[in-house]
Amino acid sequence: MIRIDSVTKRYPDGTVAVDNLSLEIPDRSITVFVGPSGCGKTTTLRMINRMIEPSEGRILLDGKDITQQPVNTLRRSMGYVIQNAGLFQHRTIVDNIATVPRLLGWGKEKARGRARELMERVGLDGALAKRYPYQLSGGQQQRVGVARALAADPPVLLMDEPFSAVDPVVRKGLQDELLRIQAELGKTIVFVTHDIDEAVKIGTMVAVMRTGGHLAQFAPPAELLSNPADDFVEDFLGADRGIRRLSFFSTADLDLLTGPIVAVDSTAEQIAERGTDEVPYLLVTDVEGKPLGWSEPGALTAGAVDPARLLPYGRPFVAGKESLRAALDGAVLSPTGWAVAVGADGRVTGVVSQQTIGEAIRTAHAAGRSDEKVAG
Amino acid sequence: MSGGLFDIPSDLQNTYWGLVGMHLRLALVPVVAGLLLALPISQLCVLMRWLYPPVLWITTILYAIPSLAFFVVLIDYTGQSELTVMIPLGIYSLVVFVPAIVDGVRSVPQETLDAATAMGLGPVRRYFQVQLPIAAPAIIAGLRVATVSSISLVSVGMLIGNQGGLGNLLNDGMIYHQPRLVWLSVIGTAVLAILADAFLVLVRVLVTPWMPRGNRKPRPVDEPEPEPRPEPAAAALEDAVR
Amino acid sequence: MNVVHFVNAFFSDNAHWHGYDGIPTRMREHIQYSLIALAIAAAIGLPVGLLTGHTGRGGNSVAFVATAGRALPSFGLLVLMFVLLGLGQTPVMIPLVVLAVPPILVTTYEAVRSVDPSPVDAARGMGMAEPRILFQVELPVALPLILSGLRSAAIQIVSTATIAAYVSLGGLGRYIVDGLYQRNYEKVVGGATLVAVLALVTLGFFWLVARFTVSPGVRRSN
Repeated sequence: MIRIDSVTKRYPDGTVAVDNLSLEIPDRSITVFVGPSGCGKTTTLRMINRMIEPSEGRILLDGKDITQQPVNTLRRSMGYVIQNAGLFQHRTIVDNIATVPRLLGWGKEKARGRARELMERVGLDGALAKRYPYQLSGGQQQRVGVARALAADPPVLLMDEPFSAVDPVVRKGLQDELLRIQAELGKTIVFVTHDIDEAVKIGTMVAVMRTGGHLAQFAPPAELLSNPADDFVEDFLGADRGIRRLSFFSTADLDLLTGPIVAVDSTAEQIAERGTDEVPYLLVTDVEGKPLGWSEPGALTAGAVDPARLLPYGRPFVAGKESLRAALDGAVLSPTGWAVAVGADGRVTGVVSQQTIGEAIRTAHAAGRSDEKVAG
Repeated sequence: MSGGLFDIPSDLQNTYWGLVGMHLRLALVPVVAGLLLALPISQLCVLMRWLYPPVLWITTILYAIPSLAFFVVLIDYTGQSELTVMIPLGIYSLVVFVPAIVDGVRSVPQETLDAATAMGLGPVRRYFQVQLPIAAPAIIAGLRVATVSSISLVSVGMLIGNQGGLGNLLNDGMIYHQPRLVWLSVIGTAVLAILADAFLVLVRVLVTPWMPRGNRKPRPVDEPEPEPRPEPAAAALEDAVR
Repeated sequence: MNVVHFVNAFFSDNAHWHGYDGIPTRMREHIQYSLIALAIAAAIGLPVGLLTGHTGRGGNSVAFVATAGRALPSFGLLVLMFVLLGLGQTPVMIPLVVLAVPPILVTTYEAVRSVDPSPVDAARGMGMAEPRILFQVELPVALPLILSGLRSAAIQIVSTATIAAYVSLGGLGRYIVDGLYQRNYEKVVGGATLVAVLALVTLGFFWLVARFTVSPGVRRSN
C-alpha cells in the first residue's frame, strides 16, 4: 500500500504543483490520477519513485518512508512506463526488456529468457525479439515499454500517460491488454492520464485533480459518475454521465423473454405458437441459434424465411457479462425497441424491452448498487 | 626599441592596418562567394533528396584535404597570388554552408510549408519568405564557422608568396627573432575572428526576433524537468582551424 | 597537366622511398605525431565533454571553448610556440593538442545533450545509477556524433602537423615546405598528394570504426 501523506511540491519560482495531497493507494488494483494540464498528476507519480522530491510531506510504501532506502533500490522495485516508451534505440527489443533483471544481477541468458516470456505476456510476436525499436510501430513500442517495466516482477507499476501517444484504436487494444495483464498479475498500478474516459474504464479508484495540485475527488469510477464532488468534477466528467454510469450495472439479473424467438426452419405451428400479444415481432434465428433479424409473425412463412425481409436486430449484448449500458444501447439501436441477448457463443438467450431495461436501471439505482466493473 | 607597437619591417611593404585589411579581404571574399554558391546547391539538395548524400560525401572529402596541400597544388594554375589562397578558402566555406543550409531549410516543419502553400504562396515566395527566414539561425551558425575558420586559415597563405595577411608577420617574426611580431599576428587574427563572430551573433539576434534569447521560459508544472536543448547549430560542430 | 607530371616524377624517383627523407619515414613520423596529439586531445576532450553533456552544466563555457578554438590561428600558434619555446617536439605538440580539443569537447557535449531525454528518464526511473546511464544509454546513441568530432579533430591534426613542418617538425609537411623553398615543385606536389591521401585514409578509418561500433538501432537515422 502506498500512502501519500500531506505531500506538497513547490518550485523555486513559486508555482505549486501539488498542494497538500493525502491519499492511500490500495494494493493490487489500478489507481488512476486524472486531471487537466498543470494539476500535478505527473508530479505526484514521479514523487513515488523519487524522480521528484516533495517539498513537504512524505510517501510511505508498505509503512516505510521511501526516503529510507537507497533511491535506486526503490526504483528497481517499481516498474516505470512513460509516454513514448523511452526505449533504448541502440538495444534490441529483448535486451531492452531485460534491462532491470540485468541491473539486478541476473545472467544474460536468464534475463533474456524472462524477456521472451514477457513478450508473450504483453502480446508481442516472438519474432520481434531481435529487432530494434525503430522497426516497431508505436503500439508495439509501448507494449515493449510495459514488458520492460514488468521484467523484474515488481509489485508496483507506475505508468505516466503510457497510451496517450498512440491512436485511439491502438489505445483501446492496449487498455484491454493492460486489464487482462492486471487480472493475471494483480500489481499495484498507479496510472496517470488526462483522459477521463480512460480513467473510468481502467481505474479501480480514480483521483481527480484540479489545476494547482488539489485533489478534487478520490473515489471508484461508478461513484464518481453518480456523485461528483463539485462542479469541477462534474464538468470534467463531461456529458452523458448518467448513461456512462450504466456501464457499472450488471445485466445478470435482467428478465429475458425467450418466447418470441423462432428458428429459421420452424414449422407453421411453431410460429403460431410463438407469436404472443406482448411482442408484435418475432426474432428469427438461424439453425444454430444466432440472430438473423426481426419479423412480424404474419410475414413469416414456414420454412421459407427470406432474410432480406427481416428487420435488423441491432447490436446484441452478452447477458450477464455486458452492462445495462450495452443492453440499453442494443434496445435503442433495434428498430423494434427490443434488445437481443446472446451468450458468449453468439446464440440467442432471450430478448428484452426498453421498459424492462428501464425498470432494471431504476432498481439498480435504488439499491445504490454498483457491481464490479463490467465491460460495456 | 623606438617606434610604435604596430611597426612592421619594411620588407613586407605594408602597414599593420594594411595587413589587417588584406587579411579581411582574403578571408571574407571567399566566404561570401562560398555562401552565394552554396545557396543554389543546397536548394537542389533539398529538392532532390537523392542528391544530398553524394554531395555530402564530396564536401566531406574536400574538407578533409589539408589547407596547405590545397594551396600548393593550385600554385601551378594560379601562381602565388591572392586567388590561390581564396579558392581553397571559398571551397571550405562552401563545404561548411551546404550542410548548414540544407539542415536549416529542412528543419522547417512540413506543416508550416503546407500552410504557406495553402495560403497561395508559390515555391519562390515560400523559399524566400518562409524557408530561408526559419533556416536563418542555422545559416548564420554556418556563417560563423566559415568566417572564423577562414580568418584563421588565411595566415597559412603566408607560405604562398606572402598572401597571408597578418600571417605575413609570422615569417619576419621568426627570422628577425621578434616575438612582438608573432604576437601581433596571433592576437590580431584572434581578435578579428572573435569580433566577426560577435558581429554575426548580433546579426542573428536582430534578424530572428522570433527566437527565444536563451532565457528559460516557465514551463507548465506538470511536465517533467526539461533539459535545455542545444542551439540549432549542427554546422557549428564541424571545426576547422587548419 | 603539370600537376600529374610532377606527381608521377615524385613517386617514381627511387630516392624518395628511402632514408630519413623517404616517404615511409615521413609518413610514419606524421602518423605518429598525429596519433599522439589525438590521443592527448581525446583524453582531455572526451571526459569533459561527456560529463558536461550528461549533467548539462557548463554549457556557456563549452560555447566559449568552441569559439576560442576556432578563433585561434593554427599557424600563428605554431610559430608563437616556436619563438617562445624554441625548437623541439613539445612546442609543436602543444598547439596540435590545444587546437584539437575544442572539436572533440564541443561535439561530444552537443552529442550527449541531443540524446532523446525519454530513454534517459526511463533509465533513471528504472533505477540505473548516473554513470551507467551515461555509458549505457547516452553514449551509444551519441556515438555517431562523437566519432565525427574525433574525426574532425584527427583531420585537423593531420593538417596542422603538415604546416608544422615550417617550424621544423618532420612528417609529410617537410616535402611541401622544403619543396617551396627549394622551388622543387615535384616535391611540393608530391607532398601535397601524400598529405591528402593520409587525410582520406583517416576519413576511411573513422568510417570503418563507426561501422563496427555504432549499434544498428542507432545507425539507421544517420
